[in-house]
Amino acid sequence: MTDIDDLADIDREELEEPLAMNGRGHEEGSSAPRRIRLRTEPLPGVIGPPAATESAAESHLHIAPEAVFEAQAVSIFYGKKQALIDVDMRIRRGQVTALIGPSGCGKTTFLRSLNRMNDSVPSFRIEGSIRYHGHDIYGSNVDTVEVRRRIGMVFQKPNPFPKSIFDNIAWAPRNLGMRQGLQERVEKALRGAALWDEVKDRLKDSALGLSGGQQQRLCIARAIAIEPDVLLLDEPASALDPIATGAIEDLIHSLKGRFTIVIVTHNMQQAARVADRTAFFSLETRGEKPIGTLIEFDETEKIFGSPRDPRTRDYVTGRFG
Amino acid sequence: MRFGHHDPEHEFDPTAPLLATGNLRRRHLTSRVIQGLAVAAAVAAVAVLVIVVWAVVSHGAKAISWDFITKPAPEGVGPNLVGTAVIVALATLMAMPFGVLIALFLSEYAGPRSTRPVQLILDVMNGLPSIIVAVFVFALLVANGGGQAGWKAALALAIIMVPLIARGTQEVLRLVPGHQREAADALGVARWRSVLSIILPAALPGIITATLLSVARAAGETAPVLLISSLAPGDAFSVNPLHELPNVPVRIFQLSEEANPEGFTEAWGLSLILIAIILALGLGSRALLNRSKRKMTR
Amino acid sequence: MRSPVTVDQARNNTVNRRTSTRLKYVDQVGDRLLLCCCALGALLAGVVLVLIAKEIFEGAQPAFAKYGLSFITSHEWAPPLEKFGGEGVIIGTLIASAMALLIGGPVAIAIGIFLALLAPTGVRNVISPLVEMLAAIPSVILGFWGLLILGPVLVSTIEPFLHDNFGFIPLFGEPQTTGASVFNAGLILTIMVIPIIASVSRDLFMAVPRELQDGASALGSTRWEVIRGGVLPTTASGMIAACLLGLGRALGGAIAVSQVIGGGTESHISLFRNGGTMASIIALQFPSAVSALHTSSLYYLAGLLLVIGVTANLLASWVGYRFGSAGGAMR
Repeated sequence: MTDIDDLADIDREELEEPLAMNGRGHEEGSSAPRRIRLRTEPLPGVIGPPAATESAAESHLHIAPEAVFEAQAVSIFYGKKQALIDVDMRIRRGQVTALIGPSGCGKTTFLRSLNRMNDSVPSFRIEGSIRYHGHDIYGSNVDTVEVRRRIGMVFQKPNPFPKSIFDNIAWAPRNLGMRQGLQERVEKALRGAALWDEVKDRLKDSALGLSGGQQQRLCIARAIAIEPDVLLLDEPASALDPIATGAIEDLIHSLKGRFTIVIVTHNMQQAARVADRTAFFSLETRGEKPIGTLIEFDETEKIFGSPRDPRTRDYVTGRFG
Repeated sequence: MRFGHHDPEHEFDPTAPLLATGNLRRRHLTSRVIQGLAVAAAVAAVAVLVIVVWAVVSHGAKAISWDFITKPAPEGVGPNLVGTAVIVALATLMAMPFGVLIALFLSEYAGPRSTRPVQLILDVMNGLPSIIVAVFVFALLVANGGGQAGWKAALALAIIMVPLIARGTQEVLRLVPGHQREAADALGVARWRSVLSIILPAALPGIITATLLSVARAAGETAPVLLISSLAPGDAFSVNPLHELPNVPVRIFQLSEEANPEGFTEAWGLSLILIAIILALGLGSRALLNRSKRKMTR
Repeated sequence: MRSPVTVDQARNNTVNRRTSTRLKYVDQVGDRLLLCCCALGALLAGVVLVLIAKEIFEGAQPAFAKYGLSFITSHEWAPPLEKFGGEGVIIGTLIASAMALLIGGPVAIAIGIFLALLAPTGVRNVISPLVEMLAAIPSVILGFWGLLILGPVLVSTIEPFLHDNFGFIPLFGEPQTTGASVFNAGLILTIMVIPIIASVSRDLFMAVPRELQDGASALGSTRWEVIRGGVLPTTASGMIAACLLGLGRALGGAIAVSQVIGGGTESHISLFRNGGTMASIIALQFPSAVSALHTSSLYYLAGLLLVIGVTANLLASWVGYRFGSAGGAMR
């Protein structure tokens, strides 16, 4: 498959639009390009390299929407048990990709493999390759801390530090040496997470005093404060009530485009609402045991409107639970 | 995607190879150094253990002989071993019922209002310096013409042992599955019957383990015995607890205070025997505990 | 009209009722009895504690009547002269215990970090019992080793080194030749204090939820940063409680300290001289006290020790209870 399709997918206006900061429309400087660097070697499949002498404003017209992640033949094992088999997937920059499917089908396992969070499970083993901007994440020289700095994660249950709200957000930037403009950075992160107005008067209060929904938005603010490249969200709203869930979904909309987002959710309606592309995982019995498998991966409208695979259709129309 | 002002130092190229950027190298170094310190601390602790045990073994081995273990002074320390055994046995007899009863109280009968004070009493008792317990029993029983006696020393040791036995028993009682208790209640079985015939037997291995561990502790306690049963010279076997009994820790202490090198050898030998017994008790109780844990979680 | 009952059935009914009534009676008595025994046990423990306080404070009464609180600040302890001032041994206790906590505390916490957060399970299962075994060594053997082996090493290496290079600090005074010193005692106490702080710390760290550490890792933090930012703040109060427990152990170390500290009662702050702690002086002089006032003064010291020790213990329990950090780990 060539990437002419990918080129056609890009909306020119999308590239030139200033990026919205939050629902209130506070805008960035209009000529701030997305953080796309000029590459001197072409990505595989891209037609022709961008000329190095072009100005930044012109060059983005030639750049293909890079694949941020390329998973090839990924199989994941916990000891002898196989959790996922043969996943091929390409996740695109600036999009929201949702992973849906019944519980236990390996979608969270796959998500956590994208930033090496599964390393802490002792019996974890992975076959195949996951490439991030072309680099094998499980390569031999890879610095896992660096991986997680670029690929952030928000977990199912909010897990704020036992510190003040301000210190929760400021902790990672301080580690990274971002001492200047810390106040601004915290404020922007909180605004980005739609939490600023609720906590701006009590930044020194303990984060543990916030409600569940607020704590989760705090965790999102914490993750975006260091400006990662990718945000992985593992069922971020599943532990929250419906109102808080709605707030999280609005939040994801507003973050779209600034970050590449991959979200695992068991809530199909949520996927339909926020995601550009959706991957449907399910358990297929191969031999004796059921193993997680990627059934279908396409644009969200297609997955929910006209899925190709009967299993997908069964799931999204609720024929099985 | 920039937050506010241009921050060139902290921008990074996400497409660059996945190696450390920015200050990560330095942070990795700090992390590794600190982890190294933690490892060094653990190694140091184990090293100290090995050094001390090795010193005891290497110096004490030459004193050990059949005569040494079985004969009275001056050839051996038999009476001391026997004396300690008698005192510790008496102490265990006194401490075990009390420890178990208190643990039973806390786990079966105590309401929310009585749990905290009793638990507090146990914690304080556990933290009492043994010299204080020694002075107490001395004041109560030995002073003013009371005289030394083996059983009085045993009483002091029992006070030290009770919180240990109680704590260990508490932990095991907690492990007894709730449904066993509920089943007994549902059948209309009286509390005391279910305690004696279901709960205690299930907890027995753990209780024995806790007792063994407290015996190991009591065997090495010097302060109480120093004040209460130290006058026996160790040249004759004695098992009468109504008088002072010769015993091991006091003998080691006395020998260490004298400046006699031959006495030192005897002290090393005694130390070796004492450590060997404590080690055996510790290993035995751990094995017992593992076996019973496996049975209970089956 | 009730159905007729045969004579046999009537007899059986009565017997059954009597047996079941007797059974119920036995059960009630049994329950009562067991409850009483258990409660009595708990009560007796409390009574013992009260008795301990009573006996010690009573014994201290004569000395307290004579010296009052100035006992704490007067520094002459001379049994033959009937003069007793506790300042020397109180200072000795403070220095030796402070040394044990300042050195042993961080080392033990580092060991706790290693065992709970860095070591693989197999290593932890080997090293943990070894560290706990350090606590199982009877203090009299530790003191004996400290006297015969550690002492000479200290006198020939560390003490001269510290004195020559840092002698301007009054702590590092002139070393003695015997190897018995406050420094030696401090090191022995450090060895005694480390296992308990390490075990409690280890249990505290292992109780910190995985999600908290994951959250910190996911922000691109090194292992140490995860520990420093996530684990340590969560367990801060528990570690304070653990150190208080260690303090209690250090204060009470009587035998081992008495073997290596030299039995001096002068008031000084040089680490390398003979000295005494409250507990060690009691252990050394109690069996052979020369006069009633001597004994009473020793009771006075015991009373002080009791108050400080119990306070440390209660503080530890309160901190553990109040801040809830793995309170079970402290048992």
